[in-house]
Amino acid sequence: MSAQAAAEPTGSPATETGRMAVVPPRKPEKASSAALGDVLFHNLTRAFALIALATLAGIIVSLVWAAWPSLVRYGAAFVWTSEWNPPAERFGALIPIYGTLVTSAIALVIAVPVSFGIALFLTELSPAWLRRPLGTAIELLAAIPSIVYGMWGLLVFAPIFAQSQPFLSATLGRIPLLGALFDGPPIGIGLLCAGIILAIMIIPFIAAVMRDVFEVTPAMLKESAYGVGATTWEVVWNVVLPHTRVGVIGGVMLGLGRALGETMAVTFVIGNTNFLEGVSLFLPGNSITSALANEFGEAAPGIHTAALIELGLILFVITFVVLAFSKLLLLRLAKGEGTQA
Amino acid sequence: MDLHRRRYLVNRIALTLSLAAMAFGLVWLLWILWTTFRLGVSGLSLDLFTKMTPPPGASEPGGLANAIAGSLVMVGLGTLVGTPVGILAGVYLAEYGRFNWLGSVTRFINDVLLSAPSIVIGLFVYAVYVAQVGSFSGLAGALSLALIVVPVVVRTTENMLLLVPDSLREAVYALGAHKWQVIMKVTIRASKAGILTGILLAVARIAGETAPLLFTALSNQFWSMDLGKPMANLPVTIFKFAMSPFTDWQSLAWAGVFLITLGVLAINVAARVLFREKR
Repeated sequence: MSAQAAAEPTGSPATETGRMAVVPPRKPEKASSAALGDVLFHNLTRAFALIALATLAGIIVSLVWAAWPSLVRYGAAFVWTSEWNPPAERFGALIPIYGTLVTSAIALVIAVPVSFGIALFLTELSPAWLRRPLGTAIELLAAIPSIVYGMWGLLVFAPIFAQSQPFLSATLGRIPLLGALFDGPPIGIGLLCAGIILAIMIIPFIAAVMRDVFEVTPAMLKESAYGVGATTWEVVWNVVLPHTRVGVIGGVMLGLGRALGETMAVTFVIGNTNFLEGVSLFLPGNSITSALANEFGEAAPGIHTAALIELGLILFVITFVVLAFSKLLLLRLAKGEGTQA
Repeated sequence: MDLHRRRYLVNRIALTLSLAAMAFGLVWLLWILWTTFRLGVSGLSLDLFTKMTPPPGASEPGGLANAIAGSLVMVGLGTLVGTPVGILAGVYLAEYGRFNWLGSVTRFINDVLLSAPSIVIGLFVYAVYVAQVGSFSGLAGALSLALIVVPVVVRTTENMLLLVPDSLREAVYALGAHKWQVIMKVTIRASKAGILTGILLAVARIAGETAPLLFTALSNQFWSMDLGKPMANLPVTIFKFAMSPFTDWQSLAWAGVFLITLGVLAINVAARVLFREKR
């Protein structure tokens, strides 16, 4: 055993890679307290890594357990029932789920092209000395707490937005089919307003991922394209984007995960009503998170609380799937980089 | 139009749109910061830090003293509890779990939890703690904040430790050190500034968190440092006051938003400066 260990460093090139290099050499003499420290420290850190894992299991188990009365009573119909009536103890999650999906979709429609533009600007257009300050400014957009967005959205943005809604009705509202989405009372707050605020909030996340993946595109690929006379736009659209497609989708999914779970900003501006009279995006509505934020504190223990926790469980499962998918895509891109290098 | 001119026109349009997108992002940032600054500064006064939050219909405008104190206590406690867990788990990922299954799974789950909705963390703490004990409490609030701190600290700690070159580790092993000595005395020290950056970012992240506090710490109109009772805090107070029809309350909320934004941005800038100096 010890001969093997002694022979190894001079042996295979595998010892040169990170994997072998971090394995400590054996200390034959003096199996002292220091060696005991090794065992203790290893297990200590492993225990804390397990705690991080246990948190996830704990969240799922505790939510299922707390939502159990509602899960049993309403079954799968909970998801497509639109009535939400606490006094009558009739609960259905359709309106909040609809609100969550619609506001997130609006946010993506706005945020994806803008983030792409920002990433393009930061990687290809911006003078080098401006790159860092502008990148930092966009990252600060992500640092602002969501309650600030919410309060600003309600008291500053929504009144101004209400004035522009008749204009939207007169223009976008004229388009056949799509027009019905932009028709309705111009009251500012509502699904569209919530979607716009969400878009501003997720732009920094998507833009940061896009910028990072654009930057890892091999310079030789881009230079070859420029060399045959491609314009900047053609290089980005036909070379950089296809090369980083997986990472870009991962970034978009990350933004979607953020948008689905965002609470305070949405709660302020979505209007908080459990009734929905039409397809118009101007109408107020409710999202899973805003329903929780508004009702949970006042809900009586029992079936109402259980139904709200089931909403939270649905939200967690959806965001978990979206975020896990995003992470897998980004990992795949990172792995691809590894094999090419 | 010939192909050449069309291609250059398309290029010009696309790049202009890209510039517009950048401006679009910056406009929101400046607009939000400007509003917060303008309305927040006008609400600032000494009363803000000495008077309690006003009850409905109060004749005096009141202040935010209890909310500020409660936020400081819960953010402080949440950081104290979450940081060691995050650092140790991060050490495991970087030093022991680079290639084994536990490391990979933990890394993956941690990154998902990093972006998981914070309101679900609040529900979790409600279900396992508040509902069992039977009362909302400052401790529950601190606990939910700690759960948000952990993934942030794990991610930065691992990243910072991985920046330490393996040749440094090998050099210490060559001196006959044990692995835990290498980690404690060399790699952690070498990445101290980076790990501190992560802690600062975690503090900035939880300073404005509202959703997880709604069902855990709730809020309190009075001065209370009792961790077993509902505790006032800035975010929930802002939420309550901003949604209220009273202008006095709204101006208090703006002052609170200003304090939080200022604090969060200051911490972010400090973290960046610290990290850049290290590099």
